[in-house]
Amino acid sequence: MNTAATSARSRSPYWALLAIALAIAWGLYASGLAADILRYRKDIGYLTKQHLTLVAISGSAAIVFGVGIGIWLSRPWMARWAESAIQAVNMLTSIPTLGKLALMMSFLGIGPLPAIVGLWIATLLPIIRNTYEGIRIVPAHLTDAARGMGMAPTTVLLRIELPNALFVILAGVRTAMAVNVGTAPIAFLIGGGGLGELIFTGIDLQQQGMMLAGAIPTALLAVAVDFLFGQAQYWLVPRGVNPLRAT
Amino acid sequence: MIRLEALTKTYATPKGSVTAVDGVNFEVREGEICVLLGPSGCGKTTTLRMINRLVIPTSGKIYLRGRDTDSVDPVELRRGIGYVIQQIGLFPNMSVAENIGVVPRLLGWDAARRRRRAEELLSLLALPPAEFADRYPSELSGGQAQRIGVARALAVDPPVLLMDEPFAALDPVNREAIQDEFLRMQRKLRKTILFVSHDIDEAVKMADRIAIFHSGRLVQFAAPDEMLAKPADAFVASFVGSDRTLKRLRLIRVREVMASAVDARIDANLPAVSPDDDLRRVAALFLEHGVESLTCVDAAGRALGVVTREAVARRLALEDSQ
Amino acid sequence: METLAFILHNLPAIGERTLEHLSIVSVAVGVAIVTGVPLGIAITQSRRTADTVLYLGSIVMTIPSIALFGILIPILSKIGHGIGWLPAVIAAMLYAQLPIVRNTYTAIRNVDPALRSAADGMGMSVSQRLARVEIPIALPVIIAGVRVAVVINIGVTAIAAYIGAGGLGTFISRGISQSDIRQLITGALALGLLAIAADYALLWLQRRLTPKGLAPRAA
Repeated sequence: MNTAATSARSRSPYWALLAIALAIAWGLYASGLAADILRYRKDIGYLTKQHLTLVAISGSAAIVFGVGIGIWLSRPWMARWAESAIQAVNMLTSIPTLGKLALMMSFLGIGPLPAIVGLWIATLLPIIRNTYEGIRIVPAHLTDAARGMGMAPTTVLLRIELPNALFVILAGVRTAMAVNVGTAPIAFLIGGGGLGELIFTGIDLQQQGMMLAGAIPTALLAVAVDFLFGQAQYWLVPRGVNPLRAT
Repeated sequence: MIRLEALTKTYATPKGSVTAVDGVNFEVREGEICVLLGPSGCGKTTTLRMINRLVIPTSGKIYLRGRDTDSVDPVELRRGIGYVIQQIGLFPNMSVAENIGVVPRLLGWDAARRRRRAEELLSLLALPPAEFADRYPSELSGGQAQRIGVARALAVDPPVLLMDEPFAALDPVNREAIQDEFLRMQRKLRKTILFVSHDIDEAVKMADRIAIFHSGRLVQFAAPDEMLAKPADAFVASFVGSDRTLKRLRLIRVREVMASAVDARIDANLPAVSPDDDLRRVAALFLEHGVESLTCVDAAGRALGVVTREAVARRLALEDSQ
Repeated sequence: METLAFILHNLPAIGERTLEHLSIVSVAVGVAIVTGVPLGIAITQSRRTADTVLYLGSIVMTIPSIALFGILIPILSKIGHGIGWLPAVIAAMLYAQLPIVRNTYTAIRNVDPALRSAADGMGMSVSQRLARVEIPIALPVIIAGVRVAVVINIGVTAIAAYIGAGGLGTFISRGISQSDIRQLITGALALGLLAIAADYALLWLQRRLTPKGLAPRAA
């Protein structure tokens, strides 16, 4: 695959996105909404920080637990229970996040804590699934060769299984984190703060400027987080197993 | 060097207990290539994998240089034994040099030493280090990957190599080439090798001795020529094939039956043979050209002697009577 | 528990909300299939177009649903339908697009080229080949995409309760504003069961529609 063709191919979606973004920006300016939105500058700054705190705490906890549980389920001694556990994870994943947050509220009340726990659970599940699947599809003959060469089981996990599963794992983390950022606004409803405040209040008061003041930064944050983890996928996964870096 | 005593492996299945390996006894001498041969499911791979304890024996003993392998920590044991598998198993997340450096790293070698060793082995296998050391497995051809798999097994210079159908994944042309290269390398390195194969021709070509398995039992353990000349039973006879005489011819070189004659006539219309050619090629040439004798020449084209059909027949008869 | 009493007492309301919910989801997914499958097939013609379309689609997916509502409302209120059913359906349809388009595209592209040559060689026209060979083979993967779209849409529609679209999310929104745990749990349970049931129902459909000759697909 020659690099010129690759970069030409991969650049046109970015141009399209830029064009659309500019069109939207112009539309906002022309309709006067842009001025409206900018009135909330200070709120946006403050709430974005709150929002990112929610995302950072729930997200990092989700990554740690998600990868950990996923690895645990993939161990040979867990084989009997792993499939049913993953089925349960799948079922829980399809429950809408609003529902999960509602349950958190009924157990933990209102405030940042139930919000963080609710977000944590919602983000955790896809990561568990991708970690488990990613490790499971590492070809058995690779782990056989590794053991046969005298690698201890922990070393096999760290040097062979995880690097080969990393792309799939990071794909799961990327999706889960984007969902996390996107769902965080709802956390406002149960007292978690964040940009959702502007959005929901704006809807209630029928104030479009306020709505957009919340909606647009949230959307931009989600795109930024997705881009960040996309970069992580590109740089962290070893070249030999990285479809993004295949030569 | 390696001794197997009454080695047995049984598995419990829903249908009752299955004996994969049944009381196997044999000994592999140092520096020897022993091929474990047989049809699929005969227990040869299970036997191999008991030696590095990837499979735990049900009963029986394995002695490596006099030590019972049971008494050694399996992970330690495996680091001292080279292991090559059919699917090659190069780790795609590591470069070629890193792959070769896996066991050295487990043993604590520093980076510089690991790199040097990787380059050394790549040169030994005719793969220029500058080109190959930093490539990834996905960028290699089948033959190259196979050679690097062998290099990886040799990284810490283990005295023993276990190879499970290592060349089966290659096409016939590549396979011939890599078999020849491997034998050349073995002449230099003199490793003790256990090699699993289901291909009688490969076994005959590679082995110093062949252990042929049938349904978990060791049926015959002998040098290739002996096994071809005197198969132990009907199974072995049918496994080696009814063309076993021709197979035997492949084992004998022209130099062994040639009659020295430096003034032998070189016929421009007939091909000449070299001292290292095998008798099967000679027999084919006899038939092709309708002759009963051919001249043998050296690398410069000078006559060394003559090989005749009669001499070949006499040699076969000699082996038969032993 | 009192929640159980609440549920039994309010079954008609629960049923009504469920139907509201399902109407939004089914219209949205229906439209998404009608637009998405042809689009997915169309972009198999050009790698560049495919990359652009899929990339933009995935950007849409990263926009939080409430944010998308927030953006649609000002636009739609120009035509008097700022809140309620329409923005909910439009947002849901947008979220349903990417899974369906992407799965259709991937499935059709992954049809073994040898099969395409065989079909052409037998004298099938392009549309016949699509209808008789490529789509039947691609169908299980397309339905898998529909499954993902439906589950996502059930979630999006839940949030749409906040813009007056009704549906099962109203139990949750009322439960929060009235601090009524019974409504919270009812809403959460109903949403959960609906999502799980829909997922399994479509999984069954996916397996049913897998042509017998193809290997069973993992869930």
